[in-house]
Amino acid sequence: MNPIVPILFLGLLAFGFAAFSILAGSLSGPKRYSRVKLDAYECGIEPTPQPIGGGRFPVKYYLTAMLFILFDIEIVFLYPWAVAFDQLAIFGLIEMLLFILTLGVAYAYVWRRGGLEWD
Amino acid sequence: MMPHLADGFTSPTFEYQLLAPMLIVFGGAIVGVLVEAFTPRGPRRTVQVALGLVTLVVAFVVLLAVTRPKLGDLAASGTVAIDGPAVFFQGTILVLALLSFLLFVERGVDSAGDAFTPSGATIPGSASERELVAARVSQTEVWPLALFSVGGMMLFVASNDLLTFFVALEVMSLPLYLLVGLARRRRLLSQEAALKYFLLGSFSSAFLLFGSAFLFGYSGSISFTGIYDSLSSGVGLDPLLLIGTGMVAIGLFFKVGAVPFHSWVPDVYQGAPTPVTAFMAAATKVAAFGAMLRIFYVALGDYDWNWRPMFWVVTILTIVVGSILAITQTDIKRMLAYSSVAQAGFILTGVTAASDSGLSSTMFYLVAYGFATIGAFALVTLVRDGTSEATHLSRWAGLGRRSPIIAAVLSLFLLSFAGIPLTSGFIGKFLVFEAAVNGGATPLVIVGAIFSAVAAFFYVRVIVLMYFSDPPDDAPSLALPGAATTLAVAVCAAGTVALGVVPGPVIDLAQEAAAFIR
Repeated sequence: MNPIVPILFLGLLAFGFAAFSILAGSLSGPKRYSRVKLDAYECGIEPTPQPIGGGRFPVKYYLTAMLFILFDIEIVFLYPWAVAFDQLAIFGLIEMLLFILTLGVAYAYVWRRGGLEWD
Repeated sequence: MMPHLADGFTSPTFEYQLLAPMLIVFGGAIVGVLVEAFTPRGPRRTVQVALGLVTLVVAFVVLLAVTRPKLGDLAASGTVAIDGPAVFFQGTILVLALLSFLLFVERGVDSAGDAFTPSGATIPGSASERELVAARVSQTEVWPLALFSVGGMMLFVASNDLLTFFVALEVMSLPLYLLVGLARRRRLLSQEAALKYFLLGSFSSAFLLFGSAFLFGYSGSISFTGIYDSLSSGVGLDPLLLIGTGMVAIGLFFKVGAVPFHSWVPDVYQGAPTPVTAFMAAATKVAAFGAMLRIFYVALGDYDWNWRPMFWVVTILTIVVGSILAITQTDIKRMLAYSSVAQAGFILTGVTAASDSGLSSTMFYLVAYGFATIGAFALVTLVRDGTSEATHLSRWAGLGRRSPIIAAVLSLFLLSFAGIPLTSGFIGKFLVFEAAVNGGATPLVIVGAIFSAVAAFFYVRVIVLMYFSDPPDDAPSLALPGAATTLAVAVCAAGTVALGVVPGPVIDLAQEAAAFIR
């Protein structure tokens, strides 16, 4: 059998399930609308109010999240090396050190320019 | 079955002599980030300027002295090809970047400093912005960002597999998105341009990446050599290959600003700080065409009977739409932007030839176009209304009387764009048309020749406006160019004339270099 066929079948199944769920939900569910139900969904918590007049959001959340992702990805790359570092030998060690060093440069920039200060 | 590590790991090889110019540029950029971190604000700009210029010069010297004698090899385990076209394009990119950096340095034409905002994070028109302007602060991150972009361009033209190709594209583009948004004047326009460029640019990158996945799906290999091999082993017209080729082409057509993927060009060229516009219009175009030539001539070289019809359509559309829309423009930066769209069409004529002469003529055209473009945008920075640039064409009326030199040099660049003999543009057009005729694309050449005449109309119109109209009563002030801008314009003008009068050496250089390795 062509290996594409199961993938196609899975795709059809997923599409069919989505269509069925939407249809079944709209047919069988009760329709009681309230203010809370019509609110924008924000992970279950109350939506953050928009700043008045389209003001600015504090950038520090974004900065922290970006830094987290950067170092998260660094760790992701360290894992495969840690598993096989004996086979990768001295070449792997030097490459990983270069990688960490390059990220360290960016870290030094963020640190020196006040990116880590909360206030 | 994938090769397993237990079978033994062989370290990849790195040919440092071939990779040195790129490593120098990337190294300079990383040192630039450290300078941002540890140098006090006072001397920071001076250090960055020196670092940027020295990095480019050293990389160029190393490219000529160390890399060029050794060229003709795959490097970094086959991911990078350092062959004639790669070295030629890398050298061109370094020279054009150096000329643009001279415009970045210039502090004389704007009363408040260089062309960049003191702080990209302040609200335009706010009190904190005024404070920083008064303190003459400058956003020195511009320098490492531009160096990263140059490094990405150099890798882009040399990349020999799909992954390196994509990473290089992103390294080249991401700093550009930021640089576009850092104009000192008309900051909202600049930020709008940056956002548009970022959104459309990431969209086109997605196309390119998806297309790469299709090419990998077809051939089972990410290296251009592998794709070529699986093509020549002949498995017929595979839809994966066709879709992949089309999607990769969309990504590249966007980067070179070919119609119908050109809509970002006028907005971004207008909004970006003019030195950045010059850098983008010249160096980015060289890099994108270099990469386009490599993937279509190397990986898809035996598939040209399938991609050439697509190139025919895009080339004709680009020339026609670019030329016609340029006529209707009233802003000189937008006019130059549409003119660069039309020029991309003429360059595509050479690419469509799919031959060695197509390659060498495209290489020559890009050099000629790069010099004239940087020169023209450099002159745009000099004509000013009070503080910001006077870009409306009516403000340029009568410039020939008020400043004969600026008007004469701009006329030279415009005549070169129009392809008038004794300028580099004529030789470039002649070569790409010749290559296209020999490659069997005569209809393209006919369209190109007709629309060269249309294009000449709007170039000459500016010249007529400068020489045969009366200056407006409140004529814009003319900034006296500092040494850096003067040097850049002089080099561009000399290059434009030299390539038009004695094109032989550069043509020979291009023809000698015009051989891809697989």
